[in-house]
Amino acid sequence: MKGFGRYMIFLGSLVVRRESLGTYYKLVLEECILVGVKSLFLFALVSTFIGAVTTVQTAYNLVSPLVPNYIISNVVREMTILELAPTIMALIFAGKVGSSMSGNLGTMRITEQIDALEVMGINATSYLVLPKIIASILMYPMLVIFSGACALGGGYLVGTLTGIISPTDYIYGLRYAFNEYTVTFALTKALVFGFLISSISCFKGYYTKGGAFEVGVASTEAVTTSVMAVLIADYLLAQLLL
Amino acid sequence: MIEIQNISKSFEDKQIIHNISGIFEKGKTNLIIGASGTGKSVLLKSIVGLIQPDTGTVFYDGRNFTDADKEMKAEIRREIGMLFQGGALFDSKSVEQNVMFPLNILTKMSPTEKIDRVNFCLKRVGLENVNNKMPSEISGGMKKRVGIARAIVNNPNYLFCDEPNSGLDPQTSILIDELIKEITDDFEITTIVVTHDMNSVMGIGEKILFLFQGQKLWEGSKEEIMYSGVEELDNFVFTNKVMQSLKKK
Repeated sequence: MKGFGRYMIFLGSLVVRRESLGTYYKLVLEECILVGVKSLFLFALVSTFIGAVTTVQTAYNLVSPLVPNYIISNVVREMTILELAPTIMALIFAGKVGSSMSGNLGTMRITEQIDALEVMGINATSYLVLPKIIASILMYPMLVIFSGACALGGGYLVGTLTGIISPTDYIYGLRYAFNEYTVTFALTKALVFGFLISSISCFKGYYTKGGAFEVGVASTEAVTTSVMAVLIADYLLAQLLL
Repeated sequence: MIEIQNISKSFEDKQIIHNISGIFEKGKTNLIIGASGTGKSVLLKSIVGLIQPDTGTVFYDGRNFTDADKEMKAEIRREIGMLFQGGALFDSKSVEQNVMFPLNILTKMSPTEKIDRVNFCLKRVGLENVNNKMPSEISGGMKKRVGIARAIVNNPNYLFCDEPNSGLDPQTSILIDELIKEITDDFEITTIVVTHDMNSVMGIGEKILFLFQGQKLWEGSKEEIMYSGVEELDNFVFTNKVMQSLKKK
């Protein structure tokens, strides 16, 4: 509870005594590139393979003359939109972006760079952390959309190239009984996960004490705690919104 | 002038500094000296507000800093320049961007004015043609100089230096000390230096405050330090063989 209390105070400190909006505009853009653009390759790779594997495994489990082939892509679509793109990619996001944020802030802390900002009269929390959180909230939903597209594309490629499903059936399955609310739900989850991962990782890194070893510990804790928070939030959001 | 009154700080029941009072004069190089672990850096960080003291008050030219609200603290901090032990340069920024950083955040100077000011400060600390280098590409001594340039770029009224000579060779240490002294004299600022280097003490110590086990045991000038009559201070000062030979004379 003490840790949670400190986390809440940390979040509160982000919005007091801020710098000018122009300062944040540039910082947020820089963070968007780090958080979003530089994650594209990893997200594309992981999503495409997950989509491909999901297609193969769904087909393997649906060997029945009573089940039409388009159900395969229908299942892949539902799994991708509801869980794979927002939640599984959140774990990848925590590993790549969360650990980087934590390590970055931890190193700045132990080398007194954060103290240097404070001495200049700058709210270091707001200056360093707020742009990272805003960038994550903006970029993670976009990454989820991109990831979903890659997963469905990966499923299409593998499904059609290996003869599991015809291109027409695959496209038909993607469109069949589509409920737009699932996309709204996925993007809501993405917003929440983006916020949780970035804020928890920054919190862990910002309060690092000690040396290089502790920076590593903080990064590990950032990923572990973020993943736990994402999984709990995933369950709560499913209960509340579905 | 900076005045501290009854500053105490403890961490988890361990008293680090106890009831320290003193005055750091304007236009002078004030030194806080003592062995490692005596609370020098904690005292310095309490003065600049990086650590909240348990008791006591810090006054910057009569302005109560300890009990000030956040806006007032931010205002006073904008008059402060600080050189950290490791330089604390921002890794992701070049030398020029590091020195320009306070100007970007705290002033409304035009880009040309900022460049001129940065170049002036870098020249003042004896660095030229290093503007585009990254902190990882320059030596420890140069990092300290860049740190000093960044500390003075916004015309501070107060300059704090935490172990400015740590990790430097004796020759570079003397250069850094001389630079701190010159800047203090030229800009008429209040400078506080934390050190355990006796060369610094004898070189630039206009006013010295000696800490021992978290308490202030003595204060005076470098001329008086040889004859303080305080056993703990003598033990600290005369561990150096050169200093021992001076005492024998």
